Amino acid sequence: MAADATATNSTPYLSEPIREKIRAFIPRYPNKRAVTLPALHIVHEHFRCVPFGAMKEIAEILEIAPAEVHDTMSFYGFFPQAPIGDVRVWICRSISCMLTGGEEMLAHACKKLGVTSGQTTPDGKITLEFAECLGICDFAPAALSDDGRIFGPLTPATTDDMIEVLKQGPVADSPITPVIGRQ
Amino acid sequence: MAAFEPVLSRNWNVPDSHTLPVYESRGGYKASRKALTEMDPDKVVQVVKDSELRGRGGAGFPTGLKWSFLPKDRTQTFMCVNGDESEPATFNNRLLIERDPHQFIEGILIACFATKAATAYVYLRFEYIHAFRIMERAIADAREKGHLGKDIYGSGFDLEVYCHRGAGAYICGEETGLIESLEGKRGWPRIKPPFPAIEGAFRKPTVVNNVETLACVPHIIERGADWFKSIGTPKSYGPKLYCISGHVNKQVCVELPLGVTTNQLIEEHAGGVWKGRKAKAAVPGGISMGLLSAAEFDVPLDFEEIRKPGCLGLGTAAVTVMDETTSMVDYLYNSCRFFAHESCGQCTPCREGTGWLYKMMKRIKAGGGRLEDLDIMDNLAKNMGIMPGTTICGLADGAAWPVRNALAKFRGEIEDYIKTHQAPRYQVTPLQQAIAHGQSPVGSDTPMPDPTRRLPGPDLSTRATAHA
Ligand SMILES: Cc1cc2nc3c(=O)[nH]c(=O)nc-3n(C[C@H](O)[C@H](O)[C@H](O)COP(=O)(O)O)c2cc1C
Ligand code: SF4
Ligand code: FES
Repeated sequence: MAADATATNSTPYLSEPIREKIRAFIPRYPNKRAVTLPALHIVHEHFRCVPFGAMKEIAEILEIAPAEVHDTMSFYGFFPQAPIGDVRVWICRSISCMLTGGEEMLAHACKKLGVTSGQTTPDGKITLEFAECLGICDFAPAALSDDGRIFGPLTPATTDDMIEVLKQGPVADSPITPVIGRQ
Repeated sequence: MAAFEPVLSRNWNVPDSHTLPVYESRGGYKASRKALTEMDPDKVVQVVKDSELRGRGGAGFPTGLKWSFLPKDRTQTFMCVNGDESEPATFNNRLLIERDPHQFIEGILIACFATKAATAYVYLRFEYIHAFRIMERAIADAREKGHLGKDIYGSGFDLEVYCHRGAGAYICGEETGLIESLEGKRGWPRIKPPFPAIEGAFRKPTVVNNVETLACVPHIIERGADWFKSIGTPKSYGPKLYCISGHVNKQVCVELPLGVTTNQLIEEHAGGVWKGRKAKAAVPGGISMGLLSAAEFDVPLDFEEIRKPGCLGLGTAAVTVMDETTSMVDYLYNSCRFFAHESCGQCTPCREGTGWLYKMMKRIKAGGGRLEDLDIMDNLAKNMGIMPGTTICGLADGAAWPVRNALAKFRGEIEDYIKTHQAPRYQVTPLQQAIAHGQSPVGSDTPMPDPTRRLPGPDLSTRATAHA
């Protein structure tokens, strides 16, 4: 057992380029702990989750206790510890979207994908989550994918279109206006 | 009054408005040059003070005054720009950053010069993915052209601006929650005092300002305090970006003088209420600010007047319109759910209060409401927040206000809902009834209690409250 533990310790989660990326943030702040959130984002972007081992390595780089990283990480309901799908999509359920049908669109998308909010489709392509106001209420009822694409105003038909588009995977660049809905 | 000329949004429809050459060609970075080369920091603070600019982030605190609270003998100052914009129905900061990032950077530059801050952190909510990309590029471009970096315009003033991305927590918009989050901790608001101006980020004097507040600053420097005060209503000067969404034909963000009315916003800018319907109510400035009934739609939306119909404040000036078919139960349910989800959990009255409010609304909506619930909710709402003095931050006040306003303005409707929506699964059984009365259930044939009758227990509606 002890030998095993040493073995996993010797193969770090974070590669040198990722560590370099994290270290590049250190000069921006008066102390290293402030790099926690940027580091979590870097790790999350790479692994699509923040594994426990990576959290320990972040702590080493920032010279803080792993518990401090965990404390911060767990406060935000943002960093899952098992990988999410290729695209993460949030459908808004706050006031303006709720009034214009957001809850129905969320239910529609869940049904269509066969998941409940917070789950990933079995093929690993899409993670569907509800969100509180996404700040795109001009397109309410609206959705946002984690590659920056905006969808809205959604109807059952455009929600279906959105799902089809999301199944193609993330994109590198997108316009600041919705890719589906009102352009 | 002269025709209103938009300034904050004047570049929004210009092609490539987010690029530095376009911004410079339209007179950009003139005000910052003027401030840094012709004025001293105290003079800039004085001009902003004279303009009576009030913070656009929610609380409406006078910006110049906030800057003057910084200790005179400080050696280091931080600027934190609040771009967490998570108040439901608000999206003007997003547009300001995406459409005109350099106006924003110019505002940061002048504000940092005035407050002697050499580092500015722009706290951006994670969901503003485009805004983040655009800001990163704009900062790099501005730096290359000498608007940021060392010895800007030969004035000897240095400034670095960094974007710091949030991770989906509403509470990180509260200024000390933001600072904690920036420091790499959980976004738990701090007990004040000390206020950030004395001890903020990294325990140094810190200014926290909203994106829109800082976007106003270059225009004040360029056109003067008197120009700014020629716009708006008394104690609420200047232009404001109003967001309108919900049951309207056109969901938009428009720049108008402070003090327009909800009616004007709906009719003149949002194309009227959708589907030819009539409006029933509106959220005046983000969901925390409470509720306006349609009869109150001619109240000016500024920092002062909006308090008269009982709203908490102007907030973010984000109006959500609800049409005549909207159930106030749905509205309250949505609001209570939001705050229960976003409470950071530090203060018991907020953590438990928002949770209870949500559970009660959930039960009422599902057909298990009792009229006395409304008294309990009202009581709860009156006792949570910084106003009754029971919590650390204003989230709890924001959670309480929709409840208080809805109960004051639409209680009849909610009572009717409770009376007409009674689901069998929520009915108190004869057994439960007997137990509650301390009777033996054997042989009890107590009828089903009707929702208007109180259940046994203390009468909360008559209990004295800290703040009635
Ligand atoms: C729960 C809560 C959430 C807040 N969220 C925001 C926000 O998202 N953006 C913002 O600018 N201010 C927000 N504020 C207000 C800030 O605490 C602070 O007053 C503001 O950023 C100060 O900037 P200003 O003076 O320029 O308005 C929030 C306040 C509270 C109590
Ligand atoms: S009032 Fe609520 S959100 Fe604010 S600090 Fe207390 S528990 Fe957290
Ligand atoms: S309320 Fe849905 S994006 Fe704002």
